[in-house]
Amino acid sequence: MNKFLKPGIFILSLTPFIIIISKIYFNQLGPEPVKEITHHTGEWTLIFICLTLAMSPLKRFTNLVIWIKFRRMLGLFVFFYATIHLITYVVIDYRLDWQQIFNDVLKKKYIFIGFSAWLLLIPLAFTSSQKMAKLLRHNWKKLHRLIYIIAIFGSLHYIWLSKTIFFKPLIFMLIILVLLALRIKIKKRETNYG
Amino acid sequence: MKKIKYSEITPEKIYKNRRSFIKSIGLGAGSIAMTSFFSTNDALSQEEKKYTSYKDITTYNNYYEFGTSKSDPYINSQNFKTKPWNISIEGEVENPIKISMEEISETIESEERIYRLRCVEGWSMVIPWMGFSLSKLLSKVTPTSKAKFVKFESVYDPDQMRGQRYPVLNWPYKEGLRIDEAMHPLTTVVTGLYNKKLPNQNGAPLRIFIPWKYGFKSAKAIVKIELVEKMPTSSWMWASPREYGFYSNVNPDVNHPRWSQATERVIGNDIFAPRVKTLMFNGYGDEVANLYTGMDLKKYF
Repeated sequence: MNKFLKPGIFILSLTPFIIIISKIYFNQLGPEPVKEITHHTGEWTLIFICLTLAMSPLKRFTNLVIWIKFRRMLGLFVFFYATIHLITYVVIDYRLDWQQIFNDVLKKKYIFIGFSAWLLLIPLAFTSSQKMAKLLRHNWKKLHRLIYIIAIFGSLHYIWLSKTIFFKPLIFMLIILVLLALRIKIKKRETNYG
Repeated sequence: MKKIKYSEITPEKIYKNRRSFIKSIGLGAGSIAMTSFFSTNDALSQEEKKYTSYKDITTYNNYYEFGTSKSDPYINSQNFKTKPWNISIEGEVENPIKISMEEISETIESEERIYRLRCVEGWSMVIPWMGFSLSKLLSKVTPTSKAKFVKFESVYDPDQMRGQRYPVLNWPYKEGLRIDEAMHPLTTVVTGLYNKKLPNQNGAPLRIFIPWKYGFKSAKAIVKIELVEKMPTSSWMWASPREYGFYSNVNPDVNHPRWSQATERVIGNDIFAPRVKTLMFNGYGDEVANLYTGMDLKKYF
């Protein structure tokens, strides 16, 4: 059964992508199609950030190591959706109008922090393989802690682009903070036992 | 999209000619809306394409009283009661009144007014409203010399408006105009669209529409119009004074922290259609720029 688990999760993780492609194909994106793609991919990036961060607490609570096996794949899906999100903005929405994009990155704090989060994802994506993990050893773990910063940047990106107090961005922020808080506990325990 | 000038959008003659053409081919005036649904490639439908579809206008709304998502107002406003409806016009006026919706529609005739709507979020529509100039309504009360501003207040009814159960904005929704802006013929009291009664999600039974300002300035479901001496604080100014000024004129040169104001997306265009350049005063500069002579519009945004 475990054999099918990973491919199963892979296909499940692809469904948001398949949904948006079919919506484009069947012209079902509504009155503001570009915004729909941007929001869809942005939201799924945040969902995958939460899922990725949930794996090690799940391992701890269930005493099952299997969760960790999905972590890398989920993390790569964060990069996948974040990249489509960025491409939608740069290519479809602003049609490579670099002057305006550059202006946006510098002048709009939510774009600045969102773009920063994507930049920070690049080294994680490139060092995600087992080989790289072995090569980098302790540094690999340190490097991949960047995901904590990326998660906070990502949720700030969502909060800052909201017009007023919206629930969804706050819920994402809350989930991310809880997932990060669970890690502080782990560390304390480790030091206690150690 | 081509710039639509005031002279082009209240083209009584052209519009009536077209209307008579529609009538002559056996369609009632009310079927204008339908022609945009089932458009074919004849010349008439080409012209209809200038307008945003009835469906998009009535299902893609910012109306936080009914929810913060664009599709919420259509879903949550269907049972909203707009009868009976009274509007009180008071404050710095000779004779304050409380007037019913019936009386308004009996005494002031609505005409079709096709205006562009530019939302602060960077999208735009072209809407064939039904309405009349606000000045006609204000002439009923005779503003005094102390009336420097006009304050609009929308209805507060959290039982019917579920969005008002949350402190998303300081309810009821408040907006304001300077008196000369309010008296400008382009400032419209809206009673309908696409030749039909105004749908609830678009601000029924009565809203205002100011074509050269961002959409949020156009308060919906108005119950009170107050003429005041001091500049009123609108709900959005109250929420974030740094982002939303009192004037909120469409201005591609004044940046908003979230949305590009230099360009906009035209609602109804397909996914690969480019953004279009946003025009100063939403393209109504010829008519309204003189209201702001000598003002630094970057300071008074």
